[in-house]
Amino acid sequence: MPAPVTPVGTMRMRLVAAVLAVGLLLAPAAPAHAYLAYVSNEKGNTITVIDTAKLEAVKTIKVGQRPRGIGLTKDGKYILVCVGDDDTIEMVDTVSHEVVGTLPSGPDPEQFTQDADGRILYVANEDNNMVTIIDIERRVPLGEVQVGVEPEGMGLSPDGKVLVNTSETTNMAHFIDTATRQIVANVLVDARPRFAQFKRDGSEVWVSSEIGGTVSVIDAAKFQVKKRIGFDIPGMRKEAIQPVGIAITADEKTAFVALGPANRVAVIDAATYDVKKYLLVGQRVWQMAFTPDEKLLFVTNGVSNDVSVIDVGALRVIKSIQVGELPWGVTISRQ
Amino acid sequence: MAGAILSAALLAGLSGAPAAEPEQRPLEIRIGYLRQPQPKITLSLLQMPAENDGVAGAQVAIDDNNTTGRFLNQRFSLEEVKLGEHDDPAAAAAALADRGVSLVVADLPADALLKAAEAGRPRGLLFFNAGALDDRLREEDCRANVVHTAPTRSMLADALAQYLAWKQWRRWLLVVGSHPADRLYADALRRAARRFGAKIVQERVFEDTGGARRSDSGVVQVQRQIPVFTQEAPAYDVLLAADESEVFAGYLPYRTWDPRPVAGSAGLVPTSWDASHGQWGAYQMQNRFVARFARRMTALDMQAWSAVRMIGEAASRTRSADAKDLFTFIKGPEFALAAFKGQKLTVRDWNLQLRQPILLADGRMVVSVSPQEAFLHQVSELDTLGVDRPESKCRLQ
Repeated sequence: MPAPVTPVGTMRMRLVAAVLAVGLLLAPAAPAHAYLAYVSNEKGNTITVIDTAKLEAVKTIKVGQRPRGIGLTKDGKYILVCVGDDDTIEMVDTVSHEVVGTLPSGPDPEQFTQDADGRILYVANEDNNMVTIIDIERRVPLGEVQVGVEPEGMGLSPDGKVLVNTSETTNMAHFIDTATRQIVANVLVDARPRFAQFKRDGSEVWVSSEIGGTVSVIDAAKFQVKKRIGFDIPGMRKEAIQPVGIAITADEKTAFVALGPANRVAVIDAATYDVKKYLLVGQRVWQMAFTPDEKLLFVTNGVSNDVSVIDVGALRVIKSIQVGELPWGVTISRQ
Repeated sequence: MAGAILSAALLAGLSGAPAAEPEQRPLEIRIGYLRQPQPKITLSLLQMPAENDGVAGAQVAIDDNNTTGRFLNQRFSLEEVKLGEHDDPAAAAAALADRGVSLVVADLPADALLKAAEAGRPRGLLFFNAGALDDRLREEDCRANVVHTAPTRSMLADALAQYLAWKQWRRWLLVVGSHPADRLYADALRRAARRFGAKIVQERVFEDTGGARRSDSGVVQVQRQIPVFTQEAPAYDVLLAADESEVFAGYLPYRTWDPRPVAGSAGLVPTSWDASHGQWGAYQMQNRFVARFARRMTALDMQAWSAVRMIGEAASRTRSADAKDLFTFIKGPEFALAAFKGQKLTVRDWNLQLRQPILLADGRMVVSVSPQEAFLHQVSELDTLGVDRPESKCRLQ
């Protein structure tokens, strides 16, 4: 007996068609080059590998305890991931996807940045008010810089001469001369600064204040806050607006700021500092990374266990990709 | 306010360490810590207060302030004054003022705090109440020179009630101790029941008949006593215990006649801090505290930490050690304290109470954090906890 076409079935067919149509509309025009995005899952103790052309997870790598800050070595051979509860940074081979070594990061590493040559790593040690400097190739510590309480955000100037570290309870951005390893200036920002990002021309450092709810734009030459960017989302309580991750396009025109439990990414005109748009993403959005061609931006949503993919040209969220438990950071391969 | 602060190293031509060099005298910010420890014996050995309960939190905050102070050429110190049972808090406040201390963290019972505040007022003393939970200190007995970092009983009760409402455990059996503090907590729980739609199906009083908190094989007696005490109750969802005096609440879980959860003074307890709290960077705070004092951080430690950090925050923003300047900033719209609770803590300008989320902890884990989602408020959702501006009897002057 032929199955009758039920209204439900018709509905479902229509729904599928609609989803397909939307999918086609929203798909990036030309799914260009395939890069690999690596997402650290803080609670899952894993790294999820995402193919940026297919926009799907292709692999899960097991790592140590509490992976957070994540980046690739400049030669692309290793993923470096802070595993805070193991008090080290693990080196994951990008071909074999195995943990092949560790770096002497000092206790409870959370975030790091590296110099342009990929030789030196600067690590924030959240538990002991320290920035540790590491020779990546020799895997030895080169020195330490004493900073404020709970160091976290790490940004390096494009010329590599100035390192900016933010300390969460001291509420400062510390400007460190990388040659002398001395602090040259301390700039007060709003409460709980989480992330520091230089513009490509080195003129400004943007620092997000999670509890303060603002982004401070600091003049990198004068060490002065030149603009404090606030956020106002209709219907959203002020306390939920908690800026963390920042990404600025290479042409310095557009900045993206993750707003944590506000579940939105703010799009900011990086010249006028006006907030142009809020993009709805997953829950508790924290960190982000561009694909090298800057066509896509991947943002991590800690509570909803997924990554939202933003089409940078269209300023639209085009996909959510399920990853591991409590995604924290993301980094993307160069080729 | 967020201008550049060049460290002395730069001013001195990149010569020395990042810390400020002593050629410029640091700004000294001296903070008094006035306390009158009350003898307290708890039912659980785990909860016996340490000798330095509270003041240890203040000391960690002094360390934190000084780490920041190195970059701003500010130096913080703590001057502890411990009162005996019969010592006069007013005299102690005056003595602190004589020594040039004008910022005082207080862990005092309500009346002693009021005496100290009164005595300190003509001397320009600003107090931070880290210990007393009494609502009246923020209401009819509020004082214009007392900021409160301790939550009130009504804030704690509301935090618990919101969660119970979310759980739909609306029928409460309320058991109240026979001491004044127990009755105050019961008042707060009754008020919370009204506000959040719970029904107190019956109240019972647990009389303190004296005797030791603990004794050899005491558990045998307790196991017989509690089921009988909780027998023949009307149908209820959750037993709420108001027992700040530590007479019986700890005995209730697992021993009630009906198999029901316990909350309030035992079981699920609303508190400003718990040793198991690790979210929102609290993990770092806990590590710092344990490393320094080899014990876990308590709610009183956190309330004292918050007080000293409020002072530190105001000092770094205003670059001042003057109590008046700091107070103006703390009361102002720019003030925000990050205290590992997932959102900024601010000050209620009508009664100087620090707004704060409240943890609900069971002794091993943080079960939830209030305010609960969907309890809305036109100003701050934190103002769904405790007495709100329109209801307040406080007139600051």
